[in-house]
Amino acid sequence: MKKTEYIKLIDTTRCTACRGCQVACKQWNEMPASRTRNFGSYQNPPDLQWNTWTLIRFQEYADKNGDFKWLFRKDGCMHCTEAACIKVCPSGALYHTDYGTVALNRSACIGCKACVSACPFDIPRYNQATDKIYKCDLCYTRLHEGQKPACVLSCPTGAITIGEKKAMIEAAYNRVDKLDGKATVYGDKFVGGTHVMYILSENPAAYDKLPSNPKVPASVILWKNLFKPFTLIGMGAVAGMAALHYLIKGPHEVHEKKEGGEHDV
Amino acid sequence: MTNHYIDLKNSDVILIMGSNAAENHPIAFKWIMRAKDAGARVIHVDPRYTRTSARCDYHVPIRSGTDIAFLGGMINYIIEGNKFFRDYVVNYTNASFLVNPDFSFKDGLFSGYDAKKRTYNKDTWTFQKDENGVPLKDPTLKHPQCVFQLLKRHYSRYTLDKVSSITGVSKENLLKVYEEYSATGAPDKAGTECYALGWTHHTSGSQNIRTMAIIQLLLGNMGIAGGGINALRGEPNVQGSTDHCILYGNLPGYLKMPNASLAKLEEYLKKNTPTSNDPQSANYYQNYPNFFVSWLKSLYGDAATPENGFGYSWLPKLDDGKHYSQLHLFDRMYEGGIKGLFAHGTDPAVSSPNTNKTRKALEKLDWLVCANIFDNETASFWFGPGVDPKQIKTEVFLLPAAATMEKEGSQSNSGRWVQWKYKAATPPGDAISCGDIQIRMMDAIKALYAKEGGPNAESILNLKWDYKDRQGNMDVLKVAKQINGHWEADVEVVDAGEKKLFKKGGLVPTFGMLRSDGSTSCGNWIMSGSFGADGENKMARRGKDDPTGLGLYPNWSFAWPVNRRIIYNRASCDIYGRPYNPKRKLLEWTGEKWVGDVPDGPWPPMADKEKGKYPFIMKSDGVASLFGPAMAEGPFPEHYEPLEGPLAKNPLSSQLINPTIEIFSSDLDQVANASEKFPYVCTTYSCTEHWCSGALTRWQAWLLEMQPELYVEIGEELARELEIANGSKVKVSSARGEAKCIAMVTKRFRPFTIEGRTVHQVGLPFNYGWLYPEDGSDSTNFLTPSVGDANTFCPEYKAFMVNVTRI
Repeated sequence: MKKTEYIKLIDTTRCTACRGCQVACKQWNEMPASRTRNFGSYQNPPDLQWNTWTLIRFQEYADKNGDFKWLFRKDGCMHCTEAACIKVCPSGALYHTDYGTVALNRSACIGCKACVSACPFDIPRYNQATDKIYKCDLCYTRLHEGQKPACVLSCPTGAITIGEKKAMIEAAYNRVDKLDGKATVYGDKFVGGTHVMYILSENPAAYDKLPSNPKVPASVILWKNLFKPFTLIGMGAVAGMAALHYLIKGPHEVHEKKEGGEHDV
Repeated sequence: MTNHYIDLKNSDVILIMGSNAAENHPIAFKWIMRAKDAGARVIHVDPRYTRTSARCDYHVPIRSGTDIAFLGGMINYIIEGNKFFRDYVVNYTNASFLVNPDFSFKDGLFSGYDAKKRTYNKDTWTFQKDENGVPLKDPTLKHPQCVFQLLKRHYSRYTLDKVSSITGVSKENLLKVYEEYSATGAPDKAGTECYALGWTHHTSGSQNIRTMAIIQLLLGNMGIAGGGINALRGEPNVQGSTDHCILYGNLPGYLKMPNASLAKLEEYLKKNTPTSNDPQSANYYQNYPNFFVSWLKSLYGDAATPENGFGYSWLPKLDDGKHYSQLHLFDRMYEGGIKGLFAHGTDPAVSSPNTNKTRKALEKLDWLVCANIFDNETASFWFGPGVDPKQIKTEVFLLPAAATMEKEGSQSNSGRWVQWKYKAATPPGDAISCGDIQIRMMDAIKALYAKEGGPNAESILNLKWDYKDRQGNMDVLKVAKQINGHWEADVEVVDAGEKKLFKKGGLVPTFGMLRSDGSTSCGNWIMSGSFGADGENKMARRGKDDPTGLGLYPNWSFAWPVNRRIIYNRASCDIYGRPYNPKRKLLEWTGEKWVGDVPDGPWPPMADKEKGKYPFIMKSDGVASLFGPAMAEGPFPEHYEPLEGPLAKNPLSSQLINPTIEIFSSDLDQVANASEKFPYVCTTYSCTEHWCSGALTRWQAWLLEMQPELYVEIGEELARELEIANGSKVKVSSARGEAKCIAMVTKRFRPFTIEGRTVHQVGLPFNYGWLYPEDGSDSTNFLTPSVGDANTFCPEYKAFMVNVTRI
């Protein structure tokens, strides 16, 4: 039975960057901390990691008029409808849940990193030690039990909310109507609509690491339509992987290098 | 708080000044956002653009330590622009009172100053009185000697130019805030102020708050929904601690600690019980003897009798003219005058100012007993950086304590809500609650005194100490009931025309029934009523009904006093008891009784000349004090520079610094004012991710991951000048010490123009110490001076001078 399709709405105009969500995520998902250093920012860890599925990005920004803004954006999986990661996943580890969200069956993951290259939002992270991929699954287990995701529950100001798709899209547009002119809704106009949406106070282009017009890479579409059916039937994972790497060697970097020097605490 | 957290949603304008609410009181911000949703304007005035600023309508940068200048300018704007709420000011404040003609203010000093003692003789800080001893008033506010005119004259010096030059706030920004905030002087508008350590951590701390209180009174914002002065207090149960006398000058419920010169109970009570000859002043503190004697009864039980002054002579007394704050304590310790220290739930080796002095002082101790949930820099001072353990004579004990969620009891939030909580987990290992530690310790001390005797043995042996359950552990319910108070004899009381008999041993229903004849006992009078006479623990109530619609939630927990949610609430109505703002009806007089919140006393409103009372019942005159002679520095707040500042001269007077602060003079109390060696203003603060000295949060890997080490925030302009790169290592130094840390170069600190020249400000969090993380940083307080507010001795952590260099 198809369950309710959910959308998690992140209203950046209500976020105080307290990072309760960042900690709650680690707590619920039992992810260890890394020993970080201060690199001249409140943002820490510096980027998403296999053990950091959500992160508040802090950005000092001056708009066209020179007005200063400190932008906070909770980064993490957008849970796309047209999910490039699912399209490229040769093992079926990544899949759509009944809520429309993108979950990961880690035991099926073969560590091929195809999703890392394919994701237009640069979300999945690879852990060398386990040879697996990690990312937010919008607290599938909590949703299943009728609970809010950990990040939503932790948010003191109501910046993160979750609800039925149509109502949340409506709520997003109603909120933007009340905000000043630059505020926008982000998430419903591309990749078939995402199940995490933003209310942004600025134009999307103002935000670090947020694509203005995210797309499923053309190579991924090609992969899916031409090759993937064969891998599943009989090509075998090795040959499939080789074909995939050939096809989508793109601008995305794999992140294991960045995480190299860190260890668990 | 005069109001409470939820009430922030009722405000039309919220001024956040002296607080970084979003970072340090994240839940408070929930209600601030609710106000914003309803159309409120939210203004942040702070030296630094913070996560709070990001969510406010706008941020106004101000140089640390100049809040009185900023607010004094607002008082001037309100009075000159006739923006004040005249009805309120005339009826509910002492604006109309005529001041003693000998009172004066000249060049930064009020009449009566003694330069040698650095204190005031307050004999002239008084009101003129009529033949009945009632203050003379001029309700037209025109008399040249009335408080209003003196106030007007005092703040006429705080012109826009002057204030801008002192604070570094542009005139445009000053006017923007003044105009927007003073608009709440309309009867149907509410303005509130949120402050925290950003106001208290100054040599002018108490007066910062008083200046705002004057503004709130001028605008009629006290006692109303969405108004008030709201100290956002911390998770460490600061509210509960102060209510139960953590400060040396207080006894529970803000009763006064006795001085040695007051040898007899009668003398003490006479000194501390105010009188009023005005029949319309409730002067509620005339009940002081009831509260105090009941407290003595709770302390000494049956041993306290009328014949022995209820044991008053057994109480320790303060030496006259001497102070016992943490600053004094460590100063005396450094001199070698203190042998032992209990440091329970505190980490002064990180959190006290002037860390070099504090840590040296610890070396002078014979013994030190710490109790904490983790080891900290205080318990481990003897092997800290630069310390040779072989040279340390101090014997140190570290007792494992239970954490807050490992014990049952009450916790008080800033809104005076005393909320009961239950034990969620058993403490690990040998850890027990601090209450149990103290009970076991006191049992041993009593046994020792019983056996061997000793000085002041009576005060220890007579102590009532029956707070244990059958297993010998602390029984928090017994403590809670004693705090509420008991009948010590069968007593018949006439309540609302009805005779009621109360049996000995029963719980006292409210502090209005406490007595000074020994027939009641009460551990803390303001908490009386928290435990119902029928045995209901009102602190544990969780009713969610909201009859006024204002979010008072009267059946959720217990708010002191007498479950009043907004204090001074009778001032929300006019003199006939009609609400000034019918849209937010907090209280209303029906002709027979008050309806709404629990009123400040049952009397009719003051228009009833026979039975009516003035609204500010805790003030002896029944009205709020625009003229406040209780303050150490003077009845009107005046701007003085911090102990260490960038200026050699105060632009407003010849008094550079607060004339009444105590100056400590040990060899480690170095000060460098207006010095080229230390040219930058510095401030310190906490961050969301850590708590206080970090002694609890640094051990939490998820929190440490987000804020791993000490940093100094430096504006881009200054960083360019000093060629400091973002993320590089730097040294911040003051006349007292240094702190190595990471430079966080930011747009969020901008240079100020002060008296025509550029002054840079920097800031550091105070959440780090050497013990953990091991490759981390040490205390920020190596930089801060040992100096404090003249009324409270709260240290000046928020404004001092430093240098920053690359390393």
